[in-house]
Amino acid sequence: MSVLLPGSRREALELLARSNGAAMPIAGGTDLLVHWPQRQEEHDRAYLDLSGIAELRPVEWTPDALVLGGLTTYWDVIRDARVGRELPLLAVAARQVGSIQIQTRGTWAGNIVNGSPAADGVPVLMAYDAVVVLESVAGREEVPLERFYEGYKQMRRRPDQLVVAIRIPRRPYTFQRFVKIGSRRAQAIAKVGLAVTHSAAGGGGWRVVAASVAPTIRRCPSIERLLEEQAAVHSPEELLPAIARDVTPIDDIRSTAEYRKLAMARVLFYDVFRGREQGAGSTDHGRRMTDNG
Amino acid sequence: MRNERDMTTNSAFRTPHSALEVSFTLNGTPTTVSVPDSERLLDTLRYRLGLTGAKEGCAEGECGACTVWLDGLPANSCLVPIYQVRGRRVNTVEALDPAAVAPLLDAGATQCGACTPGVVMTALWILQHPDVLATHTVRELMAGNLCRCTGYDGIVDGIEAARP
Ligand SMILES: Cc1cc2nc3c(=O)[nH]c(=O)nc-3n(C[C@H](O)[C@H](O)[C@H](O)COP(=O)(O)OP(=O)(O)OC[C@H]3O[C@@H](n4cnc5c(N)ncnc54)[C@H](O)[C@@H]3O)c2cc1C
Ligand code: FES
Ligand code: FES
Repeated sequence: MSVLLPGSRREALELLARSNGAAMPIAGGTDLLVHWPQRQEEHDRAYLDLSGIAELRPVEWTPDALVLGGLTTYWDVIRDARVGRELPLLAVAARQVGSIQIQTRGTWAGNIVNGSPAADGVPVLMAYDAVVVLESVAGREEVPLERFYEGYKQMRRRPDQLVVAIRIPRRPYTFQRFVKIGSRRAQAIAKVGLAVTHSAAGGGGWRVVAASVAPTIRRCPSIERLLEEQAAVHSPEELLPAIARDVTPIDDIRSTAEYRKLAMARVLFYDVFRGREQGAGSTDHGRRMTDNG
Repeated sequence: MRNERDMTTNSAFRTPHSALEVSFTLNGTPTTVSVPDSERLLDTLRYRLGLTGAKEGCAEGECGACTVWLDGLPANSCLVPIYQVRGRRVNTVEALDPAAVAPLLDAGATQCGACTPGVVMTALWILQHPDVLATHTVRELMAGNLCRCTGYDGIVDGIEAARP
C-alpha cells in the first residue's frame, strides 16, 4: 500500500490516469478505513488522497441547481440553511448517517461510489434527480444517478474517473419524504430506506426510490405509476404486488426479505399514499423508525 | 512526502509502508512526524506521540472513544489516515481545560471511564458551539459516543448543566 498526495484536481486526474487502475481515491475514509489492517496488506494498491484538493469541497448554488463538490461532506450540507429550506431531504438523510463524527468526514461522492445498496445519501439524491459529474484527463461526463448503477457495487465509473461534482436541479416540490428503518436510532445501517418526491415541474412527477431491497438503490416504477394514476389503495397489503415487481429484497444479517417487503408496504401506505393528501405545506420531511417503535 | 515523481518508475506501487513526513498543528503546537503511510491518526497520537487519551474501542467508527477535533470538528481518529492531517489542526483530550469538564463529573457522566475521553471531546465541542443546539438535541449529537455504564443520562445532564 502506498499513497499519492495530489494538490489539485488536475494533478489527481493525471495520477489516476497513469496508475492504470491501481490507484483508489480516498475522501473521508469512513468506508475505506473500516477493516484497515487487512487493507495494509494490499501491496499493489495506491491510495489517491483527495482531501488536499480544496477546489472539490465547496457547495455552489446556481440559478437552477445545487452543485455539491466531490469532497462535500454531510456536515457541509447540514450546516447550509438553504438546503433545509429548498431540498430538505438532503439534510434529513445526512443527519441519519452514522453519527456526528461520521457526518463531518463522510462525503456524498464517497457514498455514491461506495455503492452500498443500503446507503442513505444516494436515495435522496436520486429522488431529487441528481446527476453525477465524472471527470478524467479525457474530459467530463455526466450520468444521471438513476442510471449510474448496473448491479451490486457495479457502476458507470471508470477507474480513471473522479466524481468532481453532484448536480441537483432546483425544483419546487409538492411532496418530499425520507424514511429509514434501522435497528436503533444512531449508527444503524438501513433495513429499508425510502425517499419519495413529487414535483409538478418539468421532468418531475413522482419519484419513489428504495434502498436495501435490491442489489442497487433504485426507483420503483410500479409504485410510481400507482401514484401518478392516483390509484385508490386501501391497505399496505394491496401494495405488495407492485413492490414485488419493483424490488428483490433478500434475507441477510440485518433483516429478512419478508420483513423488508412488509415494512416497505407500510411506510409507502401510511407515509406516502395516505400522506400525499397533506403533502404540500408539511414541514415534517423525515422519519427514522426502529423495529420496536 | 511522496510526490508524483515516484510514479514515473512505478515505485509508488512497490514499496509498502514507506515513511512519510507529516506536519500539522497538534493542540496549538506545530508538529512534524515521520510515519509509515499506513498509519492512522489514532496510532500516531497513542504510540508515537504518547497521547493516550484517545482510546481504540472498535477501530471502525462505531464507539467514539477515539474522538478528536480535526479542524475544529469532532472526528473518529481511528478512521483518519495520518497523511490526511497534513496542514490541519488536531486537538486532543489532553489539551482540554479540566475546569470545563467539571460539570460532567458532577452530573455522573463517567463511571468506568473507558468512553470518557471521547465523550468529553464531543461534549465540549457542543458547549463551544451552542448554535448547533438550535437544530440538534444533545442526544443526537452524542449518538456517536457509546457508553456501557452511565445510561447516558449523566452525560446529557452534564452538558445541559454546563450550557451557556
Ligand atoms: C460507523 C459508521 C457508520 C456509518 N453509517 C452510515 C449510514 O448510516 N448511512 C450511510 O449511507 N453510510 C454510512 N456509513 C458509510 C460511510 O460513512 C458513507 O458511505 C460515506 O458517505 C463515505 O464517504 P467517504 O468520503 O468517507 O468515503 P471513502 O471511504 O473515502 O471512499 C468510499 C469509496 O468512494 C470512492 N470515492 C470517494 N470519493 C470519490 C470521488 N470524489 N471520486 C471517485 N471515487 C470516490 C473511494 O475510492 C471508495 O471506493 C457509515 C460508516 C461508518 C464507519
Ligand atoms: S475506536 Fe474509533 S470509533 Fe471506536
Ligand atoms: S463510563 Fe464506562 S463506558 Fe462510559
